[in-house]
Amino acid sequence: MTEQATGAPKPQPRAPRGGTPQQPAAPAAEHVTGAQALIRSLEAVGADTVFGIPGGAILPAYDPMIDSTAVRHILVRHEQGAGHAATGYAQATGKVGVCMATSGPGATNLVTPIADAYMDSVPLVAITGQVASSVIGTDAFQEADICGITTPVTKHNFLVTDPADIPRTIAEAFHIAATGRPGPVLVDISKDALQARTTFSWPPAIDLPGYRPASRPHAKQIREAARLIADAKRPVLYVGGGVLKAGAAPELLALAELTGAPVTTTLMALGVFPDSHPQHLGMPGMHGSVAAVTALQKSDLLITLGARFDDRVTGRSDTFAPHAKVIHADIDPAEIGKIRTADVPIVGDAKDVLTDLAAALRAEAEAGHLGEAAAARYREWWQQLDRWRETYPLGYDLPQDGSLSPQQVIERIGTLAPENTIYTAGVGQHQMWAAHFLTFDRPGTWLNSGGAGTMGYAVPAALGAKAGRPDATVWAIDGDGCFQMTNQELTTAALNGAPIKVAIINNGALGMVRQWQTLFYNQRYSNTVLRDGPDADPTATSQGTRIPDFVKLAEAMGCVGLRCENPEQLDAVIEKANSINDRPVVVDFIVHEDAMVWPMVPAGTSNDEVMAARGVRPDFGDAND
Amino acid sequence: MSKHTLSVLVENKPGVLSRITALFSRRGFNIDSLAVGTTEHPEVSRITIVVNVEALPLEQVTKQLNKLVNVLKIVELDSASAVTRELVLVKVRADNDTRSQIVEIVQLFRAKTVDVAPEAVTIEATGSSDKLEAMLRMLEPFGIKELVQSGTIAIGRGARSITDRSLRALERSA
Repeated sequence: MTEQATGAPKPQPRAPRGGTPQQPAAPAAEHVTGAQALIRSLEAVGADTVFGIPGGAILPAYDPMIDSTAVRHILVRHEQGAGHAATGYAQATGKVGVCMATSGPGATNLVTPIADAYMDSVPLVAITGQVASSVIGTDAFQEADICGITTPVTKHNFLVTDPADIPRTIAEAFHIAATGRPGPVLVDISKDALQARTTFSWPPAIDLPGYRPASRPHAKQIREAARLIADAKRPVLYVGGGVLKAGAAPELLALAELTGAPVTTTLMALGVFPDSHPQHLGMPGMHGSVAAVTALQKSDLLITLGARFDDRVTGRSDTFAPHAKVIHADIDPAEIGKIRTADVPIVGDAKDVLTDLAAALRAEAEAGHLGEAAAARYREWWQQLDRWRETYPLGYDLPQDGSLSPQQVIERIGTLAPENTIYTAGVGQHQMWAAHFLTFDRPGTWLNSGGAGTMGYAVPAALGAKAGRPDATVWAIDGDGCFQMTNQELTTAALNGAPIKVAIINNGALGMVRQWQTLFYNQRYSNTVLRDGPDADPTATSQGTRIPDFVKLAEAMGCVGLRCENPEQLDAVIEKANSINDRPVVVDFIVHEDAMVWPMVPAGTSNDEVMAARGVRPDFGDAND
Repeated sequence: MSKHTLSVLVENKPGVLSRITALFSRRGFNIDSLAVGTTEHPEVSRITIVVNVEALPLEQVTKQLNKLVNVLKIVELDSASAVTRELVLVKVRADNDTRSQIVEIVQLFRAKTVDVAPEAVTIEATGSSDKLEAMLRMLEPFGIKELVQSGTIAIGRGARSITDRSLRALERSA
């Protein structure tokens, strides 16, 4: 994570104990309440936007909030929306996202977005009110042990009961959230600490003796990695979200072009390497492109950068990339060797790793091991890769009955959207189609819930992205299932000047689950139909009840509601949505319910079993291996 | 499965022990024994954990523990170069016929009799888990009425101290 991501001061050594005269002149301390100290601290760390909902225990903090000109508070309609909005804000801006809630249910409603941010390493600070310290532990009204509850899903958390600790704790929380492997940090502050008088001075001294985020990459390991790259015949750059978070897209491009090796970017990394670049094979994994999945399987060297061998990428990990040596660079040492043993482990920030690796490779190039030599050596590899790319491109069939194809809807949104559009997605089929059929050429243009797979992420994340990047067009690609989980934040968007655009890819079903029922449960569609009640025939192709009517729902929440039901209307409706910039727009795209996501590696099987389409296993020419 | 003894130096703050045990349960690591106490520095606690794992998960255990913000240092102590001790208190059924035999076993194991009643003897013993197991096997035939054991604690042999450096780090930041 780069330093610009945080306004938190760096850890500074405190003066020696005993208060000797060398102690630097302390900044003038002001007399304030704990609540004022909190708001002043947020201003000082550079937090400009807070998403939240007040309530009893956090109430004192909301009083000085109203006077702050530096901190804008956006009043959401559900705390889950606050958490995902803060995550979307963080992913779109690279800064720390901030959300706020009261004690008890307010705090527990933040648990899902905190867990989501933890899985996707998003820098987030959640501030919660807690009951007064005198009644903690007594099952007081709206009491919940939120530190205990969030310990497994936060990078760290704090319970503050002394107002004097507030500035230091906020500084530490932002520092921990933004440095090393980013992640969520929760600060729980008791109501009496917010109300009591204290003094405020900034910057406070950070006191984290056990926190030592990443070191510089080890020079010997970098040289070893360069040697492996120079010797490889079938290398692949396996690029994950860590490269994106390190802001290392230019360094990645330089390294990729220096080596001439193919690149795959995971779901979390889309945009860090241009989709349009000829060396890009696409996304690997369960729904990755045949070329990307197969390149990893046949590779002799994985150059793994900021990725963690997630099961959705590897399939059965014991059969993943069986012929490959592994270079694994990550800022989190615990990721190295967790799933796959690394031949060359490198601990460090991706930007440093890529810079150092490029320097080492130039040295190899001077020795004649790269450049022309590499191009000649990789020629056969690229011939294979190109054959897979040409034979098994991403694609889809248009429905025979003239209804809308969901893939086509998403593809046209991508084509007609203004440059620099930011996309968010929920979780399911629409998310995979968005990953396939939108073009990502810039970092920070694709926000989604990768690790946790949180349905309902798209709308609040779009709100957060728009708050952080008001200049950019923000399209939420959502499913009708996901949309019904968090659409209340459209009201927030309408009332807070956040004209986001939402595409509901409405197939009337929990589509990804339905796809699995089609493939693995004999078309027994148990509880996946959304557009009809339990007594309707789940295989009927009717349009169902139109409950809820998403157009009316959107209008009721202050948005423009549009509907598109056939391919002839498609471009006109998208262009209409693009032309409205004073209010949020929701487009209900009624799409064919039987469309499926391909390619697919069935869960629990080897990536060698990738299916390009239903019943179509690619011919990899295995006999030639 | 093999046993490893980890000495974990942590900041002496509320909730640190629960963070460590939560990490073990979340990651599916097995704790054989656990003992916590303060050190010569009041701001530092020392947790001795005996874990039952293969070599590769052990690396995961230490790396994940290292990520906890309150953890200052982790050292694996191997049995050859460390002194490890447990404490047991055991209440053994005894009468006029068996009491002298029990006292003899206590002396053989350099244990102590800490309480005597007409029907029972309470024994305190310290040592390695092997020695304590051997003693308990000898006492078993008399009838063990109650047994309580501490977690293992361990310290490296020789003059070097594992707390030196982390204490200096703590001084700098404190």
